[in-house]
Amino acid sequence: MSKLTLKTEGDTHVIVTRHFAAPPEAVYRAHTDPKLIQRWLLGPEGWTMPVCINEARPGGKFRYEWTNGKGGGFHVTGEFVELEPYSRIVHVERMHLPDPTPDNHVETRFDSDGEGTLMTMRMTLPDAQTRAAMLATGMERGMEASYVRLEGMI
Amino acid sequence: MNAVFNLDITFSALADPTRRAILARLARGEATVLELAKPFEMTQPAISQHLKVLEDAGLVTTRVEGTRRPRRLARAGIDAMDQWIAMLRKALERNYDRLDEVLAGMENEKTGGKK
Repeated sequence: MSKLTLKTEGDTHVIVTRHFAAPPEAVYRAHTDPKLIQRWLLGPEGWTMPVCINEARPGGKFRYEWTNGKGGGFHVTGEFVELEPYSRIVHVERMHLPDPTPDNHVETRFDSDGEGTLMTMRMTLPDAQTRAAMLATGMERGMEASYVRLEGMI
Repeated sequence: MNAVFNLDITFSALADPTRRAILARLARGEATVLELAKPFEMTQPAISQHLKVLEDAGLVTTRVEGTRRPRRLARAGIDAMDQWIAMLRKALERNYDRLDEVLAGMENEKTGGKK
């Protein structure tokens, strides 16, 4: 059984939930400490994040740069709106492909759940079209590894 | 109805981000070329060309309603979108599986520090 849920809500929202076997403080730190972020927020196999700047304070900026080591890459920039250690992060982000995508407004909650944490990420896009484009782009990032897997299945 | 689901044609049709975005839009309901051209900021001929590729791949069908020709997702198109969403899930799952390991490592460091 998969622990991840991913669903759309209304015309402009995407909701992701995931359970972690660690307390909210640890999960929150793994989302705000650059040294920790660089170890997991990588997408498909083979991608790395050589630049990870994260000013985790209200009004602080962040910048994540990814590369596949073969000349491919893109980056995300954003600003923190609200931070409630260790339960809630509100930020705004956009992808640069290289033109910036419309702002994605993201609220991430870390709720204590037994011995672990239930993370709920609620993304709000400006309109349905932007959400469709974002999901399509996310699909593209997953393609490289997915094609290989599909070739094995067919 | 095309009974043969040609995977090569399907995947080359899906290799373009605009075509995937068109499918994602049609997943919310049918739309005419004009209705698709506006939000994508593309000309109608450009949209028509993408739609032709999607129709040839069996992912989209055209409905005739008087002078309107609304496009809608075909069954294969719905299946293809489900598959792409599953791929997106996989990329997210890989991230969070790695995060599980990072969190386990943090716990060990804390335990180790108390010794």
